[in-house]
Amino acid sequence: MDFTLIFFYVLAATAVATALGLLLSRNAVYAALFLVLNLATVAVFYLLLGAPFVAMAQITVYAGAIMVLFLFVIMILGAEKLPKGEVLPWQRPLAIGAAALLLVEAVYLLLQRVRLTSDLSNPGTWENSMDALRQMATLLFTDYLLPFEVTSVLLLVAMIGAIVLTKREKGEPA
Amino acid sequence: MIPLDHYLLLSAILFTMGALGVLIRRNALIIFMSIELMLNSANLAFVAFARSFEKASGQPLFSGQLFVFFVIAVAAAEVAIGLALIVAIFRIKHNVDVDQMSSLKG
Repeated sequence: MDFTLIFFYVLAATAVATALGLLLSRNAVYAALFLVLNLATVAVFYLLLGAPFVAMAQITVYAGAIMVLFLFVIMILGAEKLPKGEVLPWQRPLAIGAAALLLVEAVYLLLQRVRLTSDLSNPGTWENSMDALRQMATLLFTDYLLPFEVTSVLLLVAMIGAIVLTKREKGEPA
Repeated sequence: MIPLDHYLLLSAILFTMGALGVLIRRNALIIFMSIELMLNSANLAFVAFARSFEKASGQPLFSGQLFVFFVIAVAAAEVAIGLALIVAIFRIKHNVDVDQMSSLKG
């Protein structure tokens, strides 16, 4: 068994364990920190797959900006303590059964039609070079220029929407 | 060597755990984080497939990675709006428990 495969298994175990931590932790702050660790692990997978730009975007945007926003909201609302009671007692076992079914289906459908032998390890020096990044940026600003501009409009709309949603109306009590 | 199916299996497991989180948790913030987990596992499958096609064709292909970039941007917008909604609901209900948000129920 070679070194990259062992490395992969360790990282995969970390990713699954942190996702479990997110599911099971009773404190929302711990759940957020578990998710940060999970996102960082996935960023390392991106590096293994020869996608350094995506890995860095993952760290800065997801693990940085988005999760800080999450922690900020959790702490500002004081919503970290979670209630224990359940309204629908049968809902949890049903959900677990449905999720298991989803997993079986997804694994079956994904693995059925893929060439399983293709080897993804060891990105060369080229994938991590400045040249590759330049080529990707060129593609982003030529073939994908319209989606890029639409994304900027979407972010603007989200910004305005967030401000409007959290703004207090005139005369509304604080 | 790491075969493609390892990445796909991991992606499927993470997606299922995200879906399970949406179903079994009652805290709106944790449901949101589970949605992020699902988006993230889809991104992982995207990059793995991109790498697989890159290896098969022998030339650099960046479309898969650029799609992940767009997904991350959309997720950022979604989180901003979603958290604003949660804050707005918290002002009225003083709670983020989704079981309490049943005002439309007849």
